[in-house]
Amino acid sequence: MKQILITPKLCLGCRSCELACAVEHSLSKELFAAVIKKEQPTARIFVETDGVINLPLQCRHCQDPACVNACMSGALQRKPTTGMVVADQNKCVGCWMCVMACPFGAIAQDPEYKVINKCDRCPDLDQPACTVACPTGAVKFVEVSRFSQERRKQYLTSFAEEE
Amino acid sequence: MWETDKTIDKAAQQMLKITAADGVATVWDRYEAQQPQCGFGSLGICCRNCLQGPCRINPFGEPKRGVCGADADTIVARNLLRSLAGGTAAHVDHAYEAVEALEKIATGDIDYVIKDENKLIATARQVGIETDGKDSKGVAKEVAQKALETLSGHEGEMGWLSAWAPKERVDVWRQLGVIPRGADREIREAMHQTSMGVDADPTNLLLAGVKQGLVDGYAGLKLATDIQDIIFGMPQPVKSEANLGVLNAEYVNVVVHGHVPLLSEKVLEWCRKLEDEAKAAGARGINVAGICCTGNEVLMRQGVPPATNFLGQELALATGAVDLMVVDVQCILPSVTNVAQCYHGDIVTTMPIAKVPGADHIPFSLEEADQQAEKIVRQSIESYKKRGSTPVHIPDERALIFAGFSVEAIIGALSKVNAEDPLKPLVDNIKAGNILGAVATVGCNNVKVKQDMMHVELVKELIANNVLVIATGCSAHALGKAGLLHPDATNNLAGNGLKAVLTAVGEAAGLGGPLPPVLHMGSCVDNSRIGDLLTALAGYMGVNIKDLPVAASAPEPQHEKALSIGTWAVALGVFTHLGLPPHILGSKAVTGTLTDKVEDLLGGKFYVESDPAKAAAGIIRHIKDKRHALGL
Ligand code: SF4
Ligand code: SF4
Ligand code: SF4
Ligand code: SF4
Repeated sequence: MKQILITPKLCLGCRSCELACAVEHSLSKELFAAVIKKEQPTARIFVETDGVINLPLQCRHCQDPACVNACMSGALQRKPTTGMVVADQNKCVGCWMCVMACPFGAIAQDPEYKVINKCDRCPDLDQPACTVACPTGAVKFVEVSRFSQERRKQYLTSFAEEE
Repeated sequence: MWETDKTIDKAAQQMLKITAADGVATVWDRYEAQQPQCGFGSLGICCRNCLQGPCRINPFGEPKRGVCGADADTIVARNLLRSLAGGTAAHVDHAYEAVEALEKIATGDIDYVIKDENKLIATARQVGIETDGKDSKGVAKEVAQKALETLSGHEGEMGWLSAWAPKERVDVWRQLGVIPRGADREIREAMHQTSMGVDADPTNLLLAGVKQGLVDGYAGLKLATDIQDIIFGMPQPVKSEANLGVLNAEYVNVVVHGHVPLLSEKVLEWCRKLEDEAKAAGARGINVAGICCTGNEVLMRQGVPPATNFLGQELALATGAVDLMVVDVQCILPSVTNVAQCYHGDIVTTMPIAKVPGADHIPFSLEEADQQAEKIVRQSIESYKKRGSTPVHIPDERALIFAGFSVEAIIGALSKVNAEDPLKPLVDNIKAGNILGAVATVGCNNVKVKQDMMHVELVKELIANNVLVIATGCSAHALGKAGLLHPDATNNLAGNGLKAVLTAVGEAAGLGGPLPPVLHMGSCVDNSRIGDLLTALAGYMGVNIKDLPVAASAPEPQHEKALSIGTWAVALGVFTHLGLPPHILGSKAVTGTLTDKVEDLLGGKFYVESDPAKAAAGIIRHIKDKRHALGL
């Protein structure tokens, strides 16, 4: 199964992924229309930087999600069929336990600051919006096996060069 | 059928299959590789005007301000003004070259002549020069002097504008404080105004944008056309052909591309002079074809056939038949050298400010223009000899076209109907509703739009509704390739009222049939001719330009020049359609002003619509509103 996997050194910090994520979660799902209609959709991916490394990060949809374990209202559920960790905003009571539990800081607030907002992996799309938007390929939707194979190959090259 | 998604031009479709099969990248491939394009840039809300940036505004949340505190409105307005200054600078620089040539003709320093003395005298009188008892060189010298004041004068109202703009407009512009001084000063000021920490007021920035539009209109377009007419002659109706089929495998093919006719006219002369050398090299002669507005300039005055418009320039090279492409400035894709390397042909750059890696550079100067043109044409013959077994694929596509409709030529045709009062038949037919109104389609191709589709679909709809269309630039090329610059299109596609009028005028003018439904008025700087026509029509009807049942459209705009021309049109009071939005949608204030509020101030406004049928409906609605207001 494909996952969203990230290569921080490719990230230029342009925030196109954030913009695309917000647009995908707008009513019109179209940049110009969302801006013109003054919608205020929010992004669920966040680009953080320490000045050297840029890290685009969204919910990792953990197999054993700390957020779900912490959630007492049942708003956060892991769907065994899709493997997605989904948030039901109607059930969320805004206790922010999941925010504290998630080790990655992947959970944000909705614009009204009442309930949580998180990555839903763009259920209407074959390719998540952020992965399509990224011009450098820092955020990719790929098979884990392929990603790790590429990593091994890269390591092989640098290993060979060092020799 | 992927190629039909990219262009409606049949020749281009054939060539795209060839470049795809050969793995040669074109503008369409690079556009695909650029996807997705940055949303911040598309909305105009990124700024890199200082080294504390780049900054970008989040349209959906924080941050709402750049490092310095500039918000989306400021950033969008600043960026737009810089673009307008860029487009304006291009046209003013073009005009500068022509004025310099006129000045040197006057002093006898160069091998150019004055071909249209009448236009020289008319221009001189209009800008307030006494011509009696002076020889043409003397007059030319004074005209050049006046023109230089318009270009670089530092005080007072711009001379070329004062001489030509309708009084009503001048009053409106004066009230808004947007009448420019010398062009150079205004362009410089726009760069200053948009630099970090100067103007933050979107309204003030937009007014400065209107001023750039006026600089473009009078010190760019109008001045360039006037001086070029004086030097190269007034365009008169010519017959020619358009599209890649005008290339001929048995000839040495020279393509002139860019915008300025100073060199291309000389190249043309030398192609004629060196015909025998080409024959000695085994060719049947030298065939010249044009691309973009250099192509339009030599089409209008010499009947040189246009090979293609902006998006087709690489495809012309992919035919393998272009032995040499000589370029001057503007709209030259840096990729032409790659494509030429993959197929055949030399690329020759000529201007100090426009070099392309991989091209040969033969520097152009007015003093040695003949030697340089000769050298270029000789090189094309050498290149022809090297063509050898390069496969040549010239699509068998060419459409018959009529061009050369300067205002003077149009009035000439109309005076065959009514010699004393040439505008009367036109105005009477507008009043009677046989002609609903007029629309000028201008400007570029843009890879975001299927090539020529917007131009052609929009215009077909307009002429079917009895709207007379005049065209310039790559729009005219698009319409020419699609057969719309030909009398057959009047018979087959025009509404009955329009058809009757065009037939009456065409027959009176001795064409033996109707005029085409689209009149080709020239290059992008020749948009000034459209301004002249509107000024004359409004004057004749005793109304203001903003009250006329007319509109302008850049259906597929690409260049900054399209924005500055459009701004000039809006400043004249013209309703101006754009087939896609400029990078301004990130500011509601700027977008709202340009597409709505500005109408109260100037009478014109921008109208953005990318669907051709809807755009035609919107334009026709506007024309009908204006007719209604005039009581027609
Ligand atoms: S919110 Fe955090 S803990 Fe929960 S699934 Fe996503 S990454 Fe894992
Ligand atoms: S997968 Fe979709 S919801 Fe999740 S971060 Fe990417 S764009 Fe946003
Ligand atoms: S789009 Fe890609 S490069 Fe840009 S901020 Fe997001 S992850 Fe980084
Ligand atoms: S001028 Fe202001 S908005 Fe622009 S880059 Fe500098 S700090 Fe950022």
